[in-house]
Amino acid sequence: MRNVIGLRNGEAQLIEHDPWQLLREPGEVLPDGLLILPLATWIARRAQRPLGRDGLWLGPDDDVEPLRPWLAQVPLIAVDFPSFRDGRGYSQAYLLRSRLGWHGELRAVGDVLRDQLSHMRQCGFDSYAVREDKCAQDALLGLAGMSVLYGRSVIEPRPLFRRR
Amino acid sequence: MYHYDEYDRALVFERVAQFRDQVRRFMAGELSEEEFLPLRLQNGLYLQKHAYMLRVAIPYGTLGARQMRTLAQIAREYDRGCGHFTTRQNIQFNWIELAQVPDILQRLAEVEMHAIQTSGNCVRNITTEAFAGVAADELLDPRPLAEILRQWSTINPEFLFLPRKFKIAICSAIEDRAAIMMHDIGLYLYRDGHGQMCLRVMVGGGLGRTPILGLQIREGLPWQHLLSYVEAILRVYNRHGRRDNKYKARIKILVKALGIEAFSREVEEEWQHIKDGPAQLTEDEFQRVAAAFEPPAYDSVIDDDLAYDTHLAQDHAFARWVACCVKAHKVPGYASVVLSTKPGDASPPGDLTDAQMDAVADWSEQFGFGEIRIAHEQNLILPDVRKRDLHALWRLACERGLGTANIGLLTDIIACPGGDFCALANATSIPIAQSIQRRFDDLDYLHDLGELSLNISGCINACGHHHIGNIGILGVDKNGSEWYQVTLGGAQGKHSTLGKVIGPSFSAAEIPQVIEQIIATYCAYREQDEAFVDTVRRVGLEPFKERVYAKRPEELICVM
Ligand code: HEM
Ligand code: SF4
Repeated sequence: MRNVIGLRNGEAQLIEHDPWQLLREPGEVLPDGLLILPLATWIARRAQRPLGRDGLWLGPDDDVEPLRPWLAQVPLIAVDFPSFRDGRGYSQAYLLRSRLGWHGELRAVGDVLRDQLSHMRQCGFDSYAVREDKCAQDALLGLAGMSVLYGRSVIEPRPLFRRR
Repeated sequence: MYHYDEYDRALVFERVAQFRDQVRRFMAGELSEEEFLPLRLQNGLYLQKHAYMLRVAIPYGTLGARQMRTLAQIAREYDRGCGHFTTRQNIQFNWIELAQVPDILQRLAEVEMHAIQTSGNCVRNITTEAFAGVAADELLDPRPLAEILRQWSTINPEFLFLPRKFKIAICSAIEDRAAIMMHDIGLYLYRDGHGQMCLRVMVGGGLGRTPILGLQIREGLPWQHLLSYVEAILRVYNRHGRRDNKYKARIKILVKALGIEAFSREVEEEWQHIKDGPAQLTEDEFQRVAAAFEPPAYDSVIDDDLAYDTHLAQDHAFARWVACCVKAHKVPGYASVVLSTKPGDASPPGDLTDAQMDAVADWSEQFGFGEIRIAHEQNLILPDVRKRDLHALWRLACERGLGTANIGLLTDIIACPGGDFCALANATSIPIAQSIQRRFDDLDYLHDLGELSLNISGCINACGHHHIGNIGILGVDKNGSEWYQVTLGGAQGKHSTLGKVIGPSFSAAEIPQVIEQIIATYCAYREQDEAFVDTVRRVGLEPFKERVYAKRPEELICVM
C-alpha cells in the first residue's frame, strides 16, 4: 500500500516500501505477495498455504469475534473506514485490542484523513493508510492530537480521574 | 460552580488552536467542504441561511456572571448585539464570520467555556434542570454527575462519529424539568432503600420525525457504574445503529428495531466486560467534583419577610409576577427567579440583547452569588435571591423587558429559529409566536387560563419540541407554501405525552384565531381550576376539532 504511516516503538514514520496489498473483493486468482484479505478468502488460502503471512481485512459490518481463532497466526488486521464519518472502525479497534487482546499491527484503511488520526491512534491503530490523494507527510501532523484525554482509550485505559 | 483545573484549561485552549488551524486550512482550500463539515460542527459551527451560526455550550445550564458578560461581549463585537438561548442549555449566535470563530472560541476558553460537540454526530452537551441544587423538590444534586459525564464524553475518541447526534440529560427532582424521556439517554438519580445513590436509565427517547419516549433499560444502577454503562450503550449503538439513512439513525430506531429486551441484553453483555474496570467511578472523583457544587454561604434568615409580604399584598402586578416567576427554594428566606425571555412582540423567544445579558450578570451578583441558569424553556434563572430583594429585582427586570409575568403560561412559548434563520425550515416560527403573543397580551386573562405550554417548530426536526407542547405547532410545506399543523395534549416531565394532530393544517394568518378557538373550547369544558392539558385528556380532541373546523365565525369569548 502507498501513503502509509506507521508507529514504530511509538515513533511515527512514513513507510517507504509497504509490502501489503489490500484486496477487499478478491477474485478467483490471487496475486503474489503479502495480501490483506476478507476472512473467508483468508481461511481458504490458509488451507492451501499453512505458512502464509497474509493479513485480514475487516469490513465495517463485520463482527470481530469470528477472527478470534486465527489471531495468533495473523500479522496484520486492516479495519476499513468507508467514509471518515463512519465511526464503526473505532469500536472494532477497541474490541480487537481490549476484548480480543490482539497485539499485532492494526491498520486503518479507507477514508483515512489527518484530522481523525489522533482518534485512531487512541483507539489502538498503529498504522494508517492515508487516502491516496492526500499528503501523508501533512497527515502526520494530525497524529498527536490533544494532550488531555478525559475518558479512557485503548492506549490509555485509565480515565483522567485515575491520573489527575 | 465548577472551575477548570489545568487539564480542563489545557484541553479547551488546545482545541481552539486545533480549530484555528482547521479553519485556516479550509479557507486555504486544503480541506474540502465535506471534510471540514464535521470538524466545524463538532466545534458548534453551523451554516445557516444567511451566515454561520455558533452554538456555545452552557453545560447543565450553569453560567457565572463573568461568563455571561463574555457572551454579551461576543454578541456585541461579533454578532448583531443579540444571542439566542436554546432548549438544550446552549446559546446560539446567528451572524458569525467564519474567520472570527477561533477568536470567539479563544474568548470563551478564557472564561472556561467552549463550543465542543454542541453539534455533530457525537455526544452533545449534557443537560439537566435549571433549578439543580436549589429546587425545593430536589432529591439529589445532579450536577456533579453531569460534569463527570461532560468530561468523559468530551473528545472521547471512540464515539465522535456515531450514526447520529446523541443527547443525554440527567435529573433528580420529584418533577422532571429536564425532559429526560426525550433524550437518547435519560438518567434519573435517586437514593434506593439503602440510601445508595442510584440511577434509572432510560434509552431511545427523542422527537424529530419519529417522536418516541425513552424506555427504561436499567433500574437501580449504582452511580459508580455510570460511565461504563453509558459506554456500553454507546458501543452497541456505534456498531449497530443504522448509517444508511440519516432519518433512521438515532438510537431510538435501533431500540425499536431490536426491541427493548434484545437491546438491553446486548448492552448488559457489553457492560459485563467493562463494569468493574477502570471506568468505575471513585468516591474521590465524585467528591472532587461535588465540592465545586457545594451550596453557597446562605444567610440564615427567617422565611417570612415583612416588606416582601407588604409588597405582595399591595402591588397586584408584583404579586402576579411572583405567582408564576418565583419558585420555591430549599433554603428558607430564598427563592429562585425566572426571567422571562418572552415579552411578546418585542423579541423572539430565547433572545437576549448584549445589554440584557450584562444586566442579568449584574443582578446575579447584586442579588445572588454570581450564578445564572438557563432553563429548557429558554428562560433565565437567578437561583438564589433573598425574598426581601424580590421586589427590587422585579422592578429592574421590568425595566429591561425581562419581567414579563408569563412563566408557564400560554405566551411562554418555546420556538425554534425557524424560517427566519434555519435552512431546513418549512415555515417561520418566530412570527407565529409573535402573532399569538399579540393576540393574548392580557396578563390577567393568561393567569386565569393557568398553566399551558405552547411549542413551535419550523419543521419536522422538532427543535421547538412541538410534540410535547400542550399545544404544538409544526411548520409544514404544502406545494411550496407555509402551513401549520396543530397538535393537542402533549406534555413534558414525568407524565410526558406526545400530542395528537387535530386535523388539516392552517395558514399563518389563521393561527391566532385557531389558538383562540382552542382556548375557548377549553374554557367551555374546563372544570374549576383544571389545567388545559387535563381538560384535553378528559374530553378528548373531538370538541376542539368541532370548534376549530366549524366554518363559522367564532362568537364565543371565554368568560371567566
Ligand atoms: C438553526 C439551526 C438549527 C439546525 C440546522 C437544527 C437542526 C436540527 C435537526 C436536523 C434536528 C433533528 C435531528 C434528528 O432527529 O436526528 C434537530 C433536533 C433538535 N434541535 Fe435543532 N437545529 C437548529 C437549531 C436549534 C435550536 C435553536 C434549538 C433550540 C431552541 C434546537 C433544539 C433541538 C432539539 C432539542 C432537538 C432534538 C429533538 C429531538 O428530540 O429529536 N435546535 N435540530
Ligand atoms: S425545527 Fe426545523 S426549522 Fe426549526 S430550527 Fe430545527 S431544523 Fe430549523
